[in-house]
Amino acid sequence: MRLSGRHIDCIRGGRRVFSGLDFDAASGEALAVVGPNGSGKTSLLRLIAGLVIPSGGSVALEGGDAELTLPEQSHYLGHRDALKPALSVHENLAFWRDFLGGAIGDLAQSLAAVGLAHATHLPAAYLSAGQRRRLSIARLLVVRRPVWLLDEPTSALDTAGQDLFVGVMRGHLAGGGIIVTATHAPLGIETRELRMGGGK
Amino acid sequence: MTALAALIRRDIKIALRVGGGALIGVLFFLTVTVLMPFAIGPDLALLTRLGPAILWLGALLASLLTLDRLFTADHEDGSLDLIVMGRAPLELACAAKALAHWLAAGVPLIVATPVLGLLLNLDATATSAVALTLLVGTPALTFTGMIGAALAVTLHRGGLLLAVLVLPLSIPVLIFGVAASQAAITGPLSFGTPFSILCALSLVSLVVGPFAAAASLRHGLD
Repeated sequence: MRLSGRHIDCIRGGRRVFSGLDFDAASGEALAVVGPNGSGKTSLLRLIAGLVIPSGGSVALEGGDAELTLPEQSHYLGHRDALKPALSVHENLAFWRDFLGGAIGDLAQSLAAVGLAHATHLPAAYLSAGQRRRLSIARLLVVRRPVWLLDEPTSALDTAGQDLFVGVMRGHLAGGGIIVTATHAPLGIETRELRMGGGK
Repeated sequence: MTALAALIRRDIKIALRVGGGALIGVLFFLTVTVLMPFAIGPDLALLTRLGPAILWLGALLASLLTLDRLFTADHEDGSLDLIVMGRAPLELACAAKALAHWLAAGVPLIVATPVLGLLLNLDATATSAVALTLLVGTPALTFTGMIGAALAVTLHRGGLLLAVLVLPLSIPVLIFGVAASQAAITGPLSFGTPFSILCALSLVSLVVGPFAAAASLRHGLD
C-alpha cells in the first residue's frame, strides 16, 4: 500500500497555503509533517481526508480497497475530539464503532488500551482534556483503517499517555498501516520528515 | 444500515437528555399557544376560527428554534468531519439526522396538539384534523429546514441566516397545512385537496432536502 500526493496546490480563504507539494508514504511508514504555525500542516491532513478540496494536484492510495475512497479508508484525529458531552464514554465510542463501520475491534479492549476502562459509564462532559484525547485514540483502535491522519495527536496527553500512544502507533505501523501526522514535538517513533513552508 | 441506525439513535439520545433540544421546542410551542388566548381575548368563536393557524404557527416557530443546532453542534465538536468521511453516503446521513430531529422534536409537538387544542376551543374533529396535518406537514418543515441548517454551517452564520433562508420555503407548508385544517372544520373546500398538496410538499422535501444539505456540507467544509 502506498499513499502519495503529486503537485498539490492548496488555496484557503484566498491565500495560497502551499503549492506543488509532493509526498509519499508506504505501508509501515510514518510521515511527520513539520513546519511553523500556519505553514499548512492541518490543511494538508484535511486535504488527504477529503475535507478540503485541492485546487490542483491529487492524492491517491495505491493498493487499498478499490471499492472505497481514500477518506473512507482513513482515520482523522483532528484538534476537536468529536465527542458528545451528554453521552457516556462507552456510548461515544460505540456510536463511532457503529457509524464508521468496516472491520471492528473489541470496545472494552480498546478502552482498556487507552487507560479508560475505569470510566466507561462516565459522561464525556466530565473527562479532562487528556482523557478526551485518549477516548479519541480509542476510536482509532476500535475501527480498523489503514491510513491514520493525526493532527497534533499528543497534545494534552501526559507522559504515560504519550508512551501509550507510541505503542498504539507502533502496533498500527507493524500491521502495515500508514501514518501521516502533523507535529511539533518528537513522537518517539521512526518518522520521515516532510517540511512545510519556510524551506521553500 | 447500522451506521444510519446508530446516527439516529445517538441524535435522539442527545436530544432527550438534559440540555438537548427536544424539550425546548415543546415548551416554546406550549408558551406560544397558551399566551395566544390571553392576547386575543375570551371570544370563543374567534379562538375556534384562529385555532388551527395558531397551532401551525407555534409548531413552525418551535421547529425553526431547534433546527439551527442540527449541524452546528456536530460541526463545532468535529463530529461532522467524521460523518462526511464515513462510509455511509452523506445524503443518507443527512436524512437520518433530519429523521432523528423530527422524531425527537417534531413528534412531541403533534402529541401536545390535542391538549393545546382545548385551550383554543377546538372540538375533537378540529383537533384531530390539525394533528393529522401537523403529522404530514412537520417532516416538510424539518427537511427543508435542514437545507438552511447545512448552509448555516458552511457560511459561518448562525440562526438568523437560517430563519431568512428557511422561512420562504416553509410558507407553502404553512398555507396548505392551515387550509386543510380549516377545510375539515368549516368547509366549504374538501379536506382532501389541500391535504394532498401538503403530502406532496412533504414528499418533495424528503427527496430534495438530503441532497441539497449534503451538497452544501460537502463543498463548504473547510
